[in-house]
Amino acid sequence: MYGMLFDASLCVGCESCVEACREKNGLPETDGTQLSADRFSILQEEGDYYLRRQCLHCLEPSCVSVCPVAALQKKPEGPVTYDFDRCIGCRYCMVACPFGVPRYEWSSAMPRVRKCQMCYDRLCDGQQPACAEACPTGATLFGDRDELLAEARKRVANDPDTYANHIFGEKEAGGTSFLVIGPPEVMAAFDPRVPDEALPEKTWAVLSQIPTAVGIAGTALMGVHWIIRRRMTLAKQRLAHEDAEATVNTVSLAGREPATEEVER
Amino acid sequence: MIPKVLRNPWVALTAIIFAAGGYSTYLRFAKGLGASTNLSDQFPWGIWIGFDVLCGVGLAAGGFTICALVHILRLKKYAPLARPAVLTAFIGYVLVVGGLLFDLGHPWRIWHPLVMWNPHSVMFEVAWCVMAYTTVLAAEVSVLFFEKFRMRRMTKIMHAATLPLSILAVLLSMLHQSSLGSLFLIVPGRLHELWYTPLLPLLFFTSAMGAGLAVAIVESNLSARGFGHDLPRPALLGAARLAAGILSLYLVIRFADLLRTGALLHLRFDERATWFFLLEITVGFVIPIIYFASPAVLHNRRTLYRAAQLCLLGFIINRLNVSVTGFEVVSGHTYVPAWTEVAVTITIITAGVWAVYFAERYLPVLEAHPAEPEWRWKGEPATKLAWRGA
Ligand code: SF4
Ligand code: SF4
Repeated sequence: MYGMLFDASLCVGCESCVEACREKNGLPETDGTQLSADRFSILQEEGDYYLRRQCLHCLEPSCVSVCPVAALQKKPEGPVTYDFDRCIGCRYCMVACPFGVPRYEWSSAMPRVRKCQMCYDRLCDGQQPACAEACPTGATLFGDRDELLAEARKRVANDPDTYANHIFGEKEAGGTSFLVIGPPEVMAAFDPRVPDEALPEKTWAVLSQIPTAVGIAGTALMGVHWIIRRRMTLAKQRLAHEDAEATVNTVSLAGREPATEEVER
Repeated sequence: MIPKVLRNPWVALTAIIFAAGGYSTYLRFAKGLGASTNLSDQFPWGIWIGFDVLCGVGLAAGGFTICALVHILRLKKYAPLARPAVLTAFIGYVLVVGGLLFDLGHPWRIWHPLVMWNPHSVMFEVAWCVMAYTTVLAAEVSVLFFEKFRMRRMTKIMHAATLPLSILAVLLSMLHQSSLGSLFLIVPGRLHELWYTPLLPLLFFTSAMGAGLAVAIVESNLSARGFGHDLPRPALLGAARLAAGILSLYLVIRFADLLRTGALLHLRFDERATWFFLLEITVGFVIPIIYFASPAVLHNRRTLYRAAQLCLLGFIINRLNVSVTGFEVVSGHTYVPAWTEVAVTITIITAGVWAVYFAERYLPVLEAHPAEPEWRWKGEPATKLAWRGA
């Protein structure tokens, strides 16, 4: 499976990657500094360094797991892609992504979810993503994820003065295809609230119980109903029996007024 | 010259609301979500999800709760509540679907989950539950039309189908109510710890049952006033006591869980989250429990009604806390609905109220139940007339 490695210590902030992304995806020129429906990749200034922000192509993506119509898919090659023709626009993917990546075309009457798709079409043609190809310093690398991870480990271990002892994307949210290493001041920019576990499991723990729960509840409901009906039938029979006896008594006590009692019961 | 029908204040008010809703609808479908809402990339879900869907479905829970009491547990005293509850649930679900059509980016693709599957998605489950339960409710409600138009055979068939339909209704509601809570299981980092818990599905299911009973009480009161019917007193008292029990159970589970996660120990009184949490717990749970459990309140029609209203209010605060406040306090982004969002929501509610009104007026919804002349609500004269159409 493919991945990407961004080494913040090598990035000079030329924004070639951002420009290449814009051209590849036919996006308009904007001067925004945030991810948006028109910007799938940004450079964020962190002290003397730059941090690339974009979809991380999680190994177990929350967005893919929550999409009710499977418009978002994790491809075996690594990218998390989006199929507009399936999307119903529920925006659950935006709520669920732990990194807050997907963007929406709010001003359109035919809105699309927008995010980096790791140039899936280029990958299929045997090319690397536009941003990696454009990077003049090798700060953004494309390749096999395992090899990139090994390379990242080596760099971090060999130069502890430069690098924080942290490979972002190795474990976060169950691991991501896009890995980041760099000096401590860059690595501190990541949201510490993102847990290491893969989040879709939290949902699946409940969803996978549904068939059992329905089975148990259904049987219980029918059982309860049957028992109650049976007891009511029995009670009715008993009442009828007592009534018959009561009638006999009433008849033998001719002359008294049974009506009020009968009504009350 | 003002047309005569508009001189009725209710009709006039409705006309104003529908005008605002109509304009908002035009804006929504002609210009898109950006022009008609305050939603943003940081806040993709607003009140159309938090109120229209989460509260709408929850408030329809009376349909299955009462249905279970009457048709499965066979508690006859709740029978007078059954038809109004099922009717309200049906109308509620239709309106939820209506609300969804506003919120979805591509409303005309609402059927996609039928053929494009992802069983790992809670939204997929929600979609199926909405469709399946709305169908079951439609079947349950159809009997009203069959009776009204004296279609004997269909009436008989539907009466025979009552039990299987009831069981389906309970099962689907169980799934649907809890799945709305499950929607948020995947955002542990983004939802405030006062609301995020793995028990969300259980909590959503439990509180929906309480709210469903409260809706039955409120609705009974409204239709008693509107149509001059008797209140089914034993059913209402039973519903109130049951609600007290369910709400208490909810509080026990909720607080045990908050202690377990430690969220209670982190309560800080300078945080907005804390106040919204306390508001929800007091208004929606503590006060209604005290009210529903005290005989003096129960035997007074007005206080019983008030308590049920509070319970609903607290329920709504809870759902909005989970879907809006809980995200706001963590992300630091604020979301205040646009007036057009509010207008659509109020339009939907208004449409619902009128739908219930017409159904109760023209269909055999409010079955006659024996008057109880010897009994009276505290502080009111014993005559039945006293609490007709106030
Ligand atoms: S970063 Fe977000 S959008 Fe990208 S794959 Fe992960 S969950 Fe999906
Ligand atoms: S907005 Fe589209 S892509 Fe995102 S979860 Fe909904 S259907 Fe899937």
